[in-house]
Amino acid sequence: MSLDKIQSIPYGKEVIKIKNISLAFGGVKALTNVSFEVKKGEVFAIIGPNGAGKSSMLNVINGFYKPTSGQINFAGEDRKEMIPEFAAKSGIARTFQNIALFKGMSTLDNLMTGRLLKQKQNFLMQALYFGPVQKEEAYHRDKVERVIDFLDLQAIRRTPVGSLPYGLQKRVELGRALAMEPEILLLDEPMAGMNVEEKQDMSRFVLTANDEFKTTIVLIEHDMSVVMDISDRIVVLDYGKKIGEGKPSEILKNKAVIDAYLGVAD
Amino acid sequence: MIYKETGQFKSTYESDHSIFPLIQDKIAFNILMLVAFLVVPFFIDSYWEKAILIPFLIYSMAAIGLNILTGYCGQVSLGTGGFMAVGAFATYKIMTFFPELNIMIIVLLSGVITAFVGILFGLPSLRIKGFYLAVATLASQFFIIWLFNKVPWFYNYSDTGQITVSERTMFGVAVTGANAPPYATYLFCLILVVVLGFAAKNMIRSKIGRSWMAIRDMDIAAEIIGVPPLKTKLSAFAISSFYIGIAGSLYFAVYLGALEVTESFDIMAISFPVLFMIIIGGLGSMLGSFLGAAFIVLLPIFLKNVMVDLIGLSAVTAKHFEITIWGLLMVVFLILEPHGLARLWSIAKEKLRKWPFPY
Repeated sequence: MSLDKIQSIPYGKEVIKIKNISLAFGGVKALTNVSFEVKKGEVFAIIGPNGAGKSSMLNVINGFYKPTSGQINFAGEDRKEMIPEFAAKSGIARTFQNIALFKGMSTLDNLMTGRLLKQKQNFLMQALYFGPVQKEEAYHRDKVERVIDFLDLQAIRRTPVGSLPYGLQKRVELGRALAMEPEILLLDEPMAGMNVEEKQDMSRFVLTANDEFKTTIVLIEHDMSVVMDISDRIVVLDYGKKIGEGKPSEILKNKAVIDAYLGVAD
Repeated sequence: MIYKETGQFKSTYESDHSIFPLIQDKIAFNILMLVAFLVVPFFIDSYWEKAILIPFLIYSMAAIGLNILTGYCGQVSLGTGGFMAVGAFATYKIMTFFPELNIMIIVLLSGVITAFVGILFGLPSLRIKGFYLAVATLASQFFIIWLFNKVPWFYNYSDTGQITVSERTMFGVAVTGANAPPYATYLFCLILVVVLGFAAKNMIRSKIGRSWMAIRDMDIAAEIIGVPPLKTKLSAFAISSFYIGIAGSLYFAVYLGALEVTESFDIMAISFPVLFMIIIGGLGSMLGSFLGAAFIVLLPIFLKNVMVDLIGLSAVTAKHFEITIWGLLMVVFLILEPHGLARLWSIAKEKLRKWPFPY
């Protein structure tokens, strides 16, 4: 399966199908028989209380964890497991809950690493650094500059990201994922620890990415007002099991979801 | 004032991404190159050659190599001495087998051979990191030295176990052997260091360099982006060993002329000093590789001049003091400026930007 296959799927059709995925670490069952589908071009949210298995689900999707059982169907092709490199090549990018940036590198270099898979010159050409390599670098720099403009990162272009404040680091990480020009973007709590304005900014970026670049977005988020506002569909996990799926309005009325979040009255 | 950036506009990404984006840096570098290529060769004598310039160039080459691996890719290595020995013995064996081959080709081939050995010893790096990898590379250091001592084929069954260089010429001038004039050996090393230095800088500022740094800073995130960890680490080992192998080749063929492996490529003689060079110079900095090499080469000479010639200590006492001062400086340095001389230089540059009217 390749990038082309994902690209050839029409919008609104399923691009990822999770079929009966279970994941266990020894005796701990992180996920049990979870199935859902993500449609191309939508904003899909995975929610649930702490320890529900949301991050594990993302890790399964992009190949960090190998599921104990079940299958993932990517663009019509069944896979037992993914490897991260393969996921990257088929157009899946992600951000992490606790920022995973390249701290010693500048914002610009961080974003440029997002373009690595698209750069084709070999190392000997790079060592000589003439015509084609220079052209390639400039081409990708141009793409990266668009992301920088989009996310308002101009002022921190040359700053090492390790010294940036938290909110900006989150934004740079989103930028690095966007620089990959992904078909599917997995966001693990992109708004954790942000204040209201930062959340608004981030929501705007996510929605614009979805709208303009037609990126499919799978996101984990704890802020329910954000989730209900920006997502098209939601799946709810609790203790590794799926307890609800549907449009935000449906989820709000779902008894099992309300019980999971608020507890059950005796 | 001196480092005024005002008025220097870049209108293309190519020019923005150049090695010396500031005109001042470019001018300074060009002057340095002019002096190095056109002035120094006319004035160089054998003291400057053997004591300062050749060791500086060779150690710079080794430091660039180690900096690629440790500074840019984050893989700690204590095997520099071993890899330099591989370069030296490769040169020796190629010289014996192909007496007619040009010395430049011999040196480059030795680098290639060392690169393959580097890949071999880099294989454990996929599984182990940090201190554990350092110990694994330490094992490679001891193994390689042992091998070159144990198997007589490597030193052509000579009685002493020494390897000796034979005379090779370029454009009719000897660059190796006892009769090589100082300017020839100097220019030979200088050309290699400048050309390969630029090659290293180019790799660092393009795709391969960014994937090394990505692996160094956060290997999980690098994998997510599509950087293959094994391939990237091995490429760092290979290219780093290429540079270190060439340093070893020059160390043997141009600098020493004859050597014995245990003594010349000992961990205390090569591996640690080169590691200190990149730490003092600055991890992950090209400039740092050169500054570190200069520091380590010049410091003993400076101390000896001061203590023996100025103060009048005996040579042995001076040597003892030298070792003490060296260690002391190392500790002081690590505490005061852990990012090395390269950082000091960038701080100085920052100050010069505003001098003499800081705001």
